[in-house]
Amino acid sequence: MLVLDGVSKRLSGFSIENLSIDVMEGDYFILLGVSGAGKSILLETIAGLLKPDKGNILLDGKDITHEKIQKRNIGLVFQDHAVFPHLKVAENILYPLQHRSFSHEEKQKRLNEVAALLDISGLLDRKPKTLSGGELQRVALARALVQKPRLLLLDEPLASLDAGLRSGLRSLLRKLNRNGQTIIHVTHDYQEAVSLGNKVAVIHQGKLIQSGDPEEVFLKPASEFVAHFTGTRNFFKAEIKQDPCKAFLNKLEINIASGSPNTNGHILIRSEEVFLSKEEVKTSAVNNFKGQVLEITPAISGYEVMIDIGIHVQALITQESVKSLNINEGSDIILHFKASAAQFIPE
Amino acid sequence: MIAAIPLAYLLARRNFPLKRLVLGIIDLPVVIPHSAAGIALLGFISRDSAIGKLGESVGLNFVGHPAGIMLAMAFVSIPYLVNSARDGFAAVPERLEKVALTLGASPLRVFFTISLPLAWRNILSGFILMFARGMSEFGAVVIIAYHPMITPVLIYERFGAFGLKYARPVSVIFIVITLIAFILLRNLSKEPSNTREHE
Repeated sequence: MLVLDGVSKRLSGFSIENLSIDVMEGDYFILLGVSGAGKSILLETIAGLLKPDKGNILLDGKDITHEKIQKRNIGLVFQDHAVFPHLKVAENILYPLQHRSFSHEEKQKRLNEVAALLDISGLLDRKPKTLSGGELQRVALARALVQKPRLLLLDEPLASLDAGLRSGLRSLLRKLNRNGQTIIHVTHDYQEAVSLGNKVAVIHQGKLIQSGDPEEVFLKPASEFVAHFTGTRNFFKAEIKQDPCKAFLNKLEINIASGSPNTNGHILIRSEEVFLSKEEVKTSAVNNFKGQVLEITPAISGYEVMIDIGIHVQALITQESVKSLNINEGSDIILHFKASAAQFIPE
Repeated sequence: MIAAIPLAYLLARRNFPLKRLVLGIIDLPVVIPHSAAGIALLGFISRDSAIGKLGESVGLNFVGHPAGIMLAMAFVSIPYLVNSARDGFAAVPERLEKVALTLGASPLRVFFTISLPLAWRNILSGFILMFARGMSEFGAVVIIAYHPMITPVLIYERFGAFGLKYARPVSVIFIVITLIAFILLRNLSKEPSNTREHE
């Protein structure tokens, strides 16, 4: 649906180089990268606010590289929401329709639809000054959605919200996507990527490092950077049943710090917090599994040890530990980690 | 004067070669003695100049004419409008304009629906400042047109010809009018205080 073909753009301080991505209809596409990686430039280039120096942008097979911004029908929502302060909420939302040949009824219908969808029907007569951050972000979303954009671009939409509002908006975005809205979402937060995206592209210093579905990117990081950035290789699909403190990975049962009953999601276990022992020892860790060492590979800060406990779990340990435990590929080992080291990210 | 607002917008948003020079020229009438500004203006509109000849061909002689007075007033006071409007436009977050563009608005529509309404307070206070400055102009006007007589010239003439006693009533009236203009200005540039501020 959206194809970027070798797009380059150089600005002072930031740039993107020869970037190619392919977004399919209905995708929730996450652009992941640290700040300054060039993600926002990429979004503004897709929206048409910036003209690429090189490369082409195709939307539905049509070259829109030089198309006017206002003809593209691509919605953009910024982190700081950019709601027009001098207009009421309803006027903000209707702004994209104001100069188009819609009937009054059609405008009202669309306004009410989108307000109901985003749960802001009660705010329509208010001025933006009187709204909270979360409400403003919903208004900005409503304003972008009212024109029924082919593509919705989100620039760190959750970054300025506190944790409670974040999860509310997250499920809202998921709902939009399920309704068929194609979304490209820029973030530096890999948890957002895990919880929302069905495709992830990692961008670093203006270049595309890796892209694919989240499992692929997190489990098989193509470079040290991706591995480091995503923080872990221990990334598994999991399910919480009745007990909110137990997650199931197939038959394996893992104790987690907190979760909510009957949810699907992913579990992340930080490699640094997995420790190993030769014999059964009593520790405060509640997750203890017998396994077999599959592979020992040197890394920057010690060794990465891959252990098979039914799933493949990676532990990051020092050189001294490898020697003192005397572990080799194939040796039996016991693996421990605390419940707080296992983080559940709901889908 | 109509050109002052778009010029202010341009100065607030764009960088172009010789921008500093343009900014310098705009501020010039504020910092030079106004008699000098009057002399400079006279060079432009006297009967020997191109503009003067143009005016004469339609039967308009700027020197000693209300049009000349207006020109002199505008020349020394427009910087106040341009600078104030420029500050106003610069204070409008660029993201608001960007997002309006992505919402299907043309650049012209963005200017009229977003930039202008958000900067209007500054523009209006610039207008009042300009008006007040123009009204009080003496130096430049007296060079261009002694007659028809404007208030500051009238005050000067009364003082010169009849003395303090005769100049005083006109001065008092004039000061009161100017004071009213400035009270108005203060009220306009004050943020409404009955709304809650976020962020």
